[in-house]
Order: sequence, then C-alpha cells, then structure tokens
Amino acid sequence: MNDKPVIIFGILVFLAIFTFPFWHAKGNAGPVPEVQLPKDQKQCVASKEYMRTTHMQLLDGWRDSVVREGNRIYVASDGKRYNMSLQNECMKCHTDKAKFCDQCHNYLGVSPYCWDCHVAPKESK
Amino acid sequence: MMGVNRRDFLRIAGLTAAIGMGGKTAFDLLWPGQLDAAEGGVEGWWKSKTPENPLFPGDMAPGNEVPNPAELTAKRWGMALDMRKFTAATRAAVVKACNQVHNVPAIPGNQNIKWIWETSFEHAFPDLAQEYMDNEVHDLPFLVLCNHCDNPPCVRVCPTKATFRRADGIVMMDMHRCIGCRFCMAACPFGSRSFNFADPRKFFPDGKEPNPTYPTRTKGVVEKCTFCTERLAKGELPACVEVSGGAMLFGDMADSGSPVRQALRTRYAIRRKNELGTAPQVYYLI
Repeated sequence: MNDKPVIIFGILVFLAIFTFPFWHAKGNAGPVPEVQLPKDQKQCVASKEYMRTTHMQLLDGWRDSVVREGNRIYVASDGKRYNMSLQNECMKCHTDKAKFCDQCHNYLGVSPYCWDCHVAPKESK
Repeated sequence: MMGVNRRDFLRIAGLTAAIGMGGKTAFDLLWPGQLDAAEGGVEGWWKSKTPENPLFPGDMAPGNEVPNPAELTAKRWGMALDMRKFTAATRAAVVKACNQVHNVPAIPGNQNIKWIWETSFEHAFPDLAQEYMDNEVHDLPFLVLCNHCDNPPCVRVCPTKATFRRADGIVMMDMHRCIGCRFCMAACPFGSRSFNFADPRKFFPDGKEPNPTYPTRTKGVVEKCTFCTERLAKGELPACVEVSGGAMLFGDMADSGSPVRQALRTRYAIRRKNELGTAPQVYYLI
C-alpha cells in the first residue's frame, strides 16, 4: 500500500477544513445576543428564568387553550390576569420584535413561524 | 435453502391473516378509538397545561387558563338573515366589516378568499329554485357564509382535527394545525371554505393589514367564517351582525327567547341545502 501518505494527508486536510469554524473562532461563541426588555414593565407572566427556557411551551399551551377550549385569560401565579394573545398582549410590552424575539432566535438559528400569520407591531427605526 | 412446501405455506398464510384480522379487533378492544383518524379519537389531547420549568421547579409556578368572564355564551349559536331588511348598502357594509376585521384579502380571479359574500338565489338554494317563482325573492342577492352545521362534513374529513366543532356549535378552524389538504373544501357543500393559494399579505393595499389586532393567514391554509369567536370572547356580537342594522340576528338556538328563535316563530325561513342533512344553523327569513 503506497497510498498511505496521500490518505493521511487527505484526512488531515478534511479535518482542518471541517474544524475550521472552531479553531478560527478560538472557542469564542460570538457576541451574546442583547435582548431589549420593556422599560416600563418589571414583571412578565412568569419569572425571567421560566420565560427564558419555557416560553415556547407556554405559548404553545396558550394557543391550544385559546383556540380549542376558549380560555382567553391567563391568571399568573401572582394573581395578575393577562389576555392570552401573542399579538395583542405579549407585543404590547415587547413592542420591538427585531430587538426582542429576533435577537435570540437569530443567534440560535431558529425560525419560528409565528409571524407568518400574526402581525408584529410596526418596528421603530 | 429449501423451498416452502404447500402445507407450510398455507399454515403460515392462515396464521398471518388471523393475526392481521385480530390486530384491529385487539386495538379496538384495548385502546378504543385510537385507530380512528378524525372521528371520535382521544378527546382533550390538546390539554397541554402550561408546563413547569424543568430547570427551576417550583419557581414562579405556571398560572391558570380561564375563559373571559365577559364572554357571550350559548348552548348553540345560530344566525338568521332577514331578507326584507337587506339593502345593497347593508350588504356592502356587512361584507366590508367582516373583511376588515378578519384581514380577508381581495384577490382577483378565482383564488379569492371569502368569509361572507353575495350570491344569487339559484346558487344559494339550488334545491329551491323553481322555473317560475316570486320574482322579488328570485332576484334578491343573498349573503352566504359558513352555516356552522350541526353535522359538519368538514369536521368529519379533517385528518388533523384542525377544523372542529366547539361545544357551543361553532365550527372553528385551528390554523396552527391546518396542513392545507383541502379535504374540508371538498366536503363542504356550501363552498364556505377558501384556500390560500398564495401569501395573503401580498394582496392588502400598500401591504398593510387592515386590522393589527387579528392575525392574517399564511400560504397553504384553509379559512372560513368563525362566527367571530374572538369578538364573542370579549362580549361583542359578530362584526356582520353589528353593522347590519337589525338585518342579521344572532342568538342561542337552544333559548326560545333568543332573537333568532323569536324571528323563526313568526316568519317563514329557509336553510341552504337542507336535504343534505348537515343541519345548517344560518336561517334566511323570506
């Protein structure tokens, strides 16, 4: 087998190209997304930690609850009542989709299809 | 390898057939309804309550989901259109109000989206059209919409349960589940359903949706009248009824004192394609 050096060279070239994103960024994951929080509100429908990790399941539960069961009001654990509506309630405080939703979604490369139907508030520029 | 002889072949074939036939019976016995697609099935599968945070259990526990106390409720919603009270201006106002509230686009050609629209007597009531009949009734343009049938064929055929019948009789669309197969459009005998062949947002003037509080639809879903469930939930009557100036009545068919039932007691009324047995709940007072 005289091809050994060629094969090893090929494997090395492949590994170098394949791992390029890792050693090029030197372990740096890029700038962390900066989410713009509403200035006039202190409290969301649940705690910051809860919303950060579980908002997608919460919204998924909301949409089924509203459409299938006709429940339109969310009574938060602190007793405050909210209208269960992405378009009419969430976006009332989080008025800027580009500076709130898109920040993390773009960073993580997820593209939820909420805005194919739901109307986002006009973005201020 | 040795071939299978006739005796073994018959034995295996018989056994397989028996297991195959027994399988469905066993399923029906042990897990009734699990094999059915649209009809019956497991009720309440969507009851996904707001989940606990796996990382912070007990922290800011999820809340409760309850109906709006101001919501208008009924055992069975129904509608009546008083054809004597309709004028051209009323019909136009009704259609315009519905389209504006629900962001219904105006698409030229045969791909238009229709929630409530005008049609001729022959098209609305093909079973009632006579060769010689009352000219006044015959020449009247009728407003037609989803009939919110008691026995809705669209709900039977929906493979994803995207369209379903609420407890109050409203045949509702869950846009999140619609896969755009259009079985419901084939099943509906009234043509009440429209398919979004293209992104409807392209068809709003200046690219702006008229109502920012209501969603639009997306390409590839079927839509129709929902009896304004979003307005009922706030304690308001449907948009068309509100602007009709008394030409459209809306109420509980199970309540003999409701405006619809009162009108039906004293006026002759017809329903669309009654003989099909879908039991439409939109009445036309002649």
